[in-house]
Amino acid sequence: MNNQQDIILRTENLTKRYGGVHALEDANFTLKKGEHVAIVGDNGAGKSTFVRQITGVEQPTSGDIFFQGQRVEFNSPLEAREAGIESVFQDLALCNDLDVPSNLFLGREELLFKFGPFSILDEKKMMQKAKEVLERTAIKIPNLSNHVGDMSGGQRQCVAISRSASFASKLIIMDEPTAALGVQETTQVENIIRGLKEQGVPLILISHNLRQVFNLVDKIWVFRRGRIVGEVIASETDGNEIVSMITGMQGGVHEKASYI
Amino acid sequence: MFKRENLPAEASIFAVFIGIAVLFEVLGWVIVGKSFLGNMQRLEIIILQVSIFGIIAVGVTQVIITSGIDLSGGAVLALSAMVAASFAQSVDAFAPIFPQFLGLPIIIPVAVGLAVGAVCGLINGSITAYTGIPSFIATLGMLVTARAVAVLYTEGQPVYSLSDSFTAIGSGAWPVLVFFVVAVIFHLILKHTVYGKHTYAIGSNEKAARVAGINVRRHKIMVYTIAGSLSGLAGVVMCARATIGQSGMGTMYELDAISAVVIGGTSLFGGRGRISGTVIGVCILGVITSGFTFLRIDFYYQEIVKGMIIVGAVMLDQRRQAKQRSRA
Repeated sequence: MNNQQDIILRTENLTKRYGGVHALEDANFTLKKGEHVAIVGDNGAGKSTFVRQITGVEQPTSGDIFFQGQRVEFNSPLEAREAGIESVFQDLALCNDLDVPSNLFLGREELLFKFGPFSILDEKKMMQKAKEVLERTAIKIPNLSNHVGDMSGGQRQCVAISRSASFASKLIIMDEPTAALGVQETTQVENIIRGLKEQGVPLILISHNLRQVFNLVDKIWVFRRGRIVGEVIASETDGNEIVSMITGMQGGVHEKASYI
Repeated sequence: MFKRENLPAEASIFAVFIGIAVLFEVLGWVIVGKSFLGNMQRLEIIILQVSIFGIIAVGVTQVIITSGIDLSGGAVLALSAMVAASFAQSVDAFAPIFPQFLGLPIIIPVAVGLAVGAVCGLINGSITAYTGIPSFIATLGMLVTARAVAVLYTEGQPVYSLSDSFTAIGSGAWPVLVFFVVAVIFHLILKHTVYGKHTYAIGSNEKAARVAGINVRRHKIMVYTIAGSLSGLAGVVMCARATIGQSGMGTMYELDAISAVVIGGTSLFGGRGRISGTVIGVCILGVITSGFTFLRIDFYYQEIVKGMIIVGAVMLDQRRQAKQRSRA
């Protein structure tokens, strides 16, 4: 078995039912420090449901979540975030009318002078830090003082991911981070993810793009009909095996099938 | 290179303001054969008239940036004015409201007026933040209630005989100064403090603000309380200027304030707007009102034109929003 100290996140028999619908059944999941894993599965397999339980968006029907060895119950996304679990949601939690530094530092602004709600913002420092963060991730945003709402989908996605990545978070979860992006933007996002690996920040990636999954992660967890049906080391498997696990059917997958 | 985007957001509103002023100047010479802008006294009256609802507009700007609305400004002004006046009566007042509280130091009626406004704002904010009732309804309720309480407070009687030290706040250029100072302070607060940043964030994307750890409820209550306090301040200044407290004061001021905010470029969808724009919006409304009077055009035509300008400003805002959404 894994050494307990190496495990950052563990779920035990995590179950979520919506009325009679068993969206997630007895999920036993572990994530080690510094590990990048992918969660794959068909639509309705329970991937997003699983993520919603561990990020505090929903509360599980039964089962336990252990984060850094402690049993945790998150009643809101904020509580999960405060514990160090950052998530990049598909619907991007950005404020369109604010510029890049304001979005990056929202809720944890750098201050020049502390005076309760009327504390003075240190705009220079936030701009400087934002530049550093974005430089590290090689994202090209011409003018950081533009409103985020005026930027392209890719740039916005990069800002959202940088926000999660730029704070010393203990775990980052990304739900289809490149689904809506072009080729170049996808490459940028993938580079950010590789940067996180180098920094040793653990990651859970939900993706339909198996090629991306194989390129980026160490381990793949396969979900089918609300259950975890397998955990495989990415380097020891291939697309065919994963697709068989996702669909529950043996063979019949063409070598050049487009989803591999 | 010279680009339109590089100009401050207020530039276009300011251009409209100049355009309207010049238009009245030209029309003045053509129709009544006199200069509109060349009359210092008229300019003074314009700025004095707009100062009172301008103070309300500074608070309303902040509420609208959170994508809320405050319809209670005029009524809260009246209630605050009545209560403040009742604590500002001079020692020789005839039939005073509180015979035991005469000739109080000026700070007391001012503080009481502000406090009454703050309490009204606190109620507005708490209802909006905790019950999910839209701010439109919550503050509409306050509009009706505060006006009624203002009447009941003295059973409809005006409050006379205000002390000289109190009425001094409303004399001369004082109302303009109060408006100017309030506008500058809140312009800076919105721009450079955490309070300001969170106000914009909530109006822009409330869910994102909540996820980012902002206590959205508490913040909204604070914004409405500040707006209420400013309406209270407007009430204090107005009754000091009029040297009387009347329950009918400030009727429709909430609409003038909202109009000024919208004309000044603050988005009714929230997330965008500045006090500097509101100040120009306030001046535009003042010039229009004064200009029409100067041209001897009937009051009702003024109201029609004002109505059209507000709708036009909102339409512009809507088009800008649609453009942004299509890009994102």
